[in-house]
Amino acid sequence: MSLRPVTSESLPVRIVLIACAVGFLGLFLLVPLGLVFVEALRRGGSVFLAALTDRHALSAIRLTLFAAAIAVPLNTLFGIAAAWLITKFRFKGRTWLLALIDLPFAVSPVIAGLVWALIFGAQGWLGPWLAEHDIRIIFAVPGIVLATLFVTFPFVARELIPVMEMQGTDEEEAALTLGAGGWQIFRRVTLPNIRWGLLYGVLLCNARAMGEFGAVSVVSGHIRGKTNTLPLHIEVLYNEYQFSAAFAAATLLALLALLTLGLKSLLELRLGSHSSIRH
Amino acid sequence: MSISIQHLTKSFGSYRALDDVSLDVPEGSLTALLGPSGSGKTTLLRILAGLEFADPGGARILFDGVDVAQIPAGDRGIGFVFQHYALFRHMSVAENIGFGLSVLPASQRPPRKEIRERALDLLKRVKLDGLQDRRPSELSGGQRQRVALARALAVQPKVLLLDEPFGALDAQVRKDLRRWLRQFHDEIGLTTLFVTHDQEEALELADQVVVMRHARIEQSGAPQEIYDQPRTSFVYEFLGEVNKLPGDRYIRPHEIELKFAADEGVDLTGRVHRLFVAGPIARMGILPDSPAFQEIEVWAPREQVREMALTDGDLVGLRFPTFPRLPLKS
Repeated sequence: MSLRPVTSESLPVRIVLIACAVGFLGLFLLVPLGLVFVEALRRGGSVFLAALTDRHALSAIRLTLFAAAIAVPLNTLFGIAAAWLITKFRFKGRTWLLALIDLPFAVSPVIAGLVWALIFGAQGWLGPWLAEHDIRIIFAVPGIVLATLFVTFPFVARELIPVMEMQGTDEEEAALTLGAGGWQIFRRVTLPNIRWGLLYGVLLCNARAMGEFGAVSVVSGHIRGKTNTLPLHIEVLYNEYQFSAAFAAATLLALLALLTLGLKSLLELRLGSHSSIRH
Repeated sequence: MSISIQHLTKSFGSYRALDDVSLDVPEGSLTALLGPSGSGKTTLLRILAGLEFADPGGARILFDGVDVAQIPAGDRGIGFVFQHYALFRHMSVAENIGFGLSVLPASQRPPRKEIRERALDLLKRVKLDGLQDRRPSELSGGQRQRVALARALAVQPKVLLLDEPFGALDAQVRKDLRRWLRQFHDEIGLTTLFVTHDQEEALELADQVVVMRHARIEQSGAPQEIYDQPRTSFVYEFLGEVNKLPGDRYIRPHEIELKFAADEGVDLTGRVHRLFVAGPIARMGILPDSPAFQEIEVWAPREQVREMALTDGDLVGLRFPTFPRLPLKS
């Protein structure tokens, strides 16, 4: 009997395993993704283009970009600050803070939306006061931005914490003994060390900000041309049986996903080749 | 710069890392903080650097007579070399060395070109010329160590602090670098403190050895003084191989004289247990005939062992010429 490494399977077993994995991936990921494009283009390019340049579609795209343009930079700042705090300092309540950052992951997005509605809605805590001062948050753009902010909060911090944890505080301390100030240390030592992880986190944060449905749906009110984001716009079209238009809009989100994945793989390549080995 | 540490105490929560430690380091000396892990030696070094802070109370740290407790790390005039070097991994060697100069306030900062020149100069002094454009990841451990040293020296510190400077290196590099550092210290005469858990390293390299244990200084003094006159059983045991005889008496393996069992003046007889002659001296364990004694480690010249034609199981006599000393306190 010939010897073979214990970790390798016989050929038939390998074929079956690979077929299972590829089959599963194809059935549940690639076929649906492909279907989006097929359905979108079923009635021709002009219908496809018309669906995308429709007044309401453009307004939804604008609102989605607007919400992301606010949520992503803010959460990048929050994420860096939180990761910095958690990895570079030891303090009471540190694990508690860590758990809190994960809260948006743990909580259903619908709940996240409802929380804002409870605070700022017409029947909510601040509702009467807001109505008095003629400030609209729920069923308006601020609500959508808030919901997006909440849901996308953990992405950057979650991406940075392991990276910064692994790198420790040695280099920062070295910079400190060499006379660098806090901002100099951050800009010249910490930031260059985390830049790829940071970019990755921002990318994921952005993908979620643009794709978020549940939380935004609760606070949006679905006012066409006003408070519909792209995912909500797709749902409205779908519910109105405008399948081609719905799928056309969906291609945008699908393309965003593909772009994010592509950039992510690229970053991982870089991260892999640049992660220096200590000692 | 001379350093004076007075009544330093440091706690991490309920754990006491330093307990009322006082120590004087003369200007220009090379001092070793020696102790097992958890003895507080690294904490002491980090407090000197300003990376940790002593518990509030009567503690004072004087650099040339000036209390530095309120002075931030960057302004203390110290150069710190970290155990794992802590080189900036995204910078070249020259950028690493020049970092301390490049973060000076604009009014004191030398021009870019001069910073690089000073970096190249230092690189030459640590014998790494030509490596200025490498990344830290492209250097060997010993090279990184010297880059870290050059980086610390670039800010012209008045005290050099090294945390386990040879800890992460393999034996040969370690020896070379140790000698090199001693020579380097003699050339520049900078007051230097280094932390180590290796007694051989401390004894060979330092002018003053400070033995630490359980957050306190057990004994400090010149290497020979510490080795020859250990004040406690811990120092005795930590500074090299030692035999503990009944009644808390200690004697080092090389202080015991090896004789034939029938010779005159033999204090103890026993059987050779594991004879080991590969090395400059012969080492063996002696299983004493007297049940009051445990196995005794004896080092003798190889020549003598050959002349006596010793093998495992032979009966030999031991003589304690300097009769086993009692430690002053236990």
